[in-house]
Amino acid sequence: MSISKEDVKYVAALARMDVPEDKLEGFTRNLGDIVHYVEQLQKLDVEHVKPTSHAVPVGNVFRQDVVKASLTHNQALSVAVEAKDGCFKVPLVIE
Amino acid sequence: MNLHSLTAHALMDLYKSGKASPKEAYEDVLNRIKAVEPKVKAYVRLVSQQPDYSGEFQIPIAVKDILCVKGEEITCASHILKGFHPPYDAGIIEKIKKSGGTILGIANMDEFAFGSSCESSCYGPSYNPWDLACVPGGSSGGSAAAVAALEATWALGSDTGGSIRQPASFCGIVGLKPTYGRVSRYGLIAFASSLDQVGPLTRDVRDCALLMNIISGYDERDSTSVNRPVPDYTKALVNDVKGLKIGIPKEAFADGLDAEVRRSLENAVDLLKKLGGVVHEVSLPHTPYAVATYYIVATAEASSNLARFDGVRYGLRARPAGLRKNALVDMYEETRAKGFGDEAKRRIMLGTYVLSSGYYDAYYLRAQKVRTLIKNDLDEVFKKCDVILTPTCPTVAFKVGEKISDPLSMYLSDIYTIPANLAGIPSISIPCGFSKSGLPIGLQLMGKAFDEEMLLRISYTYEQNTQWHLKKPNL
Repeated sequence: MSISKEDVKYVAALARMDVPEDKLEGFTRNLGDIVHYVEQLQKLDVEHVKPTSHAVPVGNVFRQDVVKASLTHNQALSVAVEAKDGCFKVPLVIE
Repeated sequence: MNLHSLTAHALMDLYKSGKASPKEAYEDVLNRIKAVEPKVKAYVRLVSQQPDYSGEFQIPIAVKDILCVKGEEITCASHILKGFHPPYDAGIIEKIKKSGGTILGIANMDEFAFGSSCESSCYGPSYNPWDLACVPGGSSGGSAAAVAALEATWALGSDTGGSIRQPASFCGIVGLKPTYGRVSRYGLIAFASSLDQVGPLTRDVRDCALLMNIISGYDERDSTSVNRPVPDYTKALVNDVKGLKIGIPKEAFADGLDAEVRRSLENAVDLLKKLGGVVHEVSLPHTPYAVATYYIVATAEASSNLARFDGVRYGLRARPAGLRKNALVDMYEETRAKGFGDEAKRRIMLGTYVLSSGYYDAYYLRAQKVRTLIKNDLDEVFKKCDVILTPTCPTVAFKVGEKISDPLSMYLSDIYTIPANLAGIPSISIPCGFSKSGLPIGLQLMGKAFDEEMLLRISYTYEQNTQWHLKKPNL
């Protein structure tokens, strides 16, 4: 698999990240090198191997359903870029 | 007295005998920071809070810019988190504060822990105290440089693919990545959630055990932390390796290993044999695939974890001029374009690519299966060995700027450290020599899950019979 500029534009859009035209070629080359490097995994026979998503398997973790102290509304909003009426404020989405 | 150059256990002995006070130690370290920080740049900022001089361990500590410390600015060395002051403490920061630890400052790192050199930090690089033209390693490079430059007695780092052990090796100190689940990740800004662990960087093995005693243990706010008792790790500090079985993987000594590193490692193995250790040659046939596996698994998890940095709630928010797609999407795209550095962008895009429709099975699922093969190799060796010994890194510290334009060659510097993260097992790096150019060389031990004690015992024995850990850089 080789990586094209179109691929880079496509994943950048999926990742909600604007990539300027002058950076496109460098990223295409870097990602192409890395994808080429990880191709070596195709050599291995993994047909009957189970995937590992976690090194230390733990089952469902439960806790008592009790209310405990946590951040207050004001503490949570203290980090907000913009807040209004007790909510995080974002640019207008619906006209 | 040079209190800043002492270990924590030496400081505590002085406190106990009344020959020095925690206040004197703290002030002495602050003076040291004033003297050498302009050269080393280990910290991104010092904290303003005054220590309260109470608690059992009143030790001056550097904290990596990835752990939430209430009220301090914590940024993961990224523009995108500039101005973020967490309203809570990470689980282990609570423990450090309760123990009496004094947080001196926030240590530099690669942006979002993406890197092996500290050069991708938005604050600029830190420098290796042994040679200021070289990198301190990464991503916990500021933490390692602070301890090596005597600007902190202890430091906390995080390790996703070697980010504690590799800088410890480059800076000539001790760094331990605990078993996955041993230490709480609550309040650790996530890079790759199935690989990340927090751990200590210290001047010797006894300090490592002491700091592990403080930070280990279950935290119900991290559901992957494991609920099992924490031993007193200082009990593992036994100067005896007689009969202990040490596995040496032949793959780790293949081509590509620097000749001076090889020689130091061979000398270390000879010494452990002389002290009664039993050395076996073993094979980890799938470890040559570890780097490729890691750069799929880790970037996939990172691309998902870093989706939260979107300008909506905290940190940076761009205000795009004009309208392209819609006001909200434009804001996301420009915020992330401005906020993330190039290496973060590369990893987010790679992770997005390997998870995207049509490539998931070929890359991500396959990498998870190879992860199983690597873990099985290690399990097999641990049936007959107590530890596995390798170099920590294939080379000593490289020059600032040497690898920054070649991401792949940077990634390969983690070739020995990555398998422990993929398998979730504990692993330590300790100093085992110096190159002719005066740069430290590190020895890595990997152990069975939750057997940090075995790593500490062998490391302690090696340390008690060598002098490497006593050398200090001239700054």
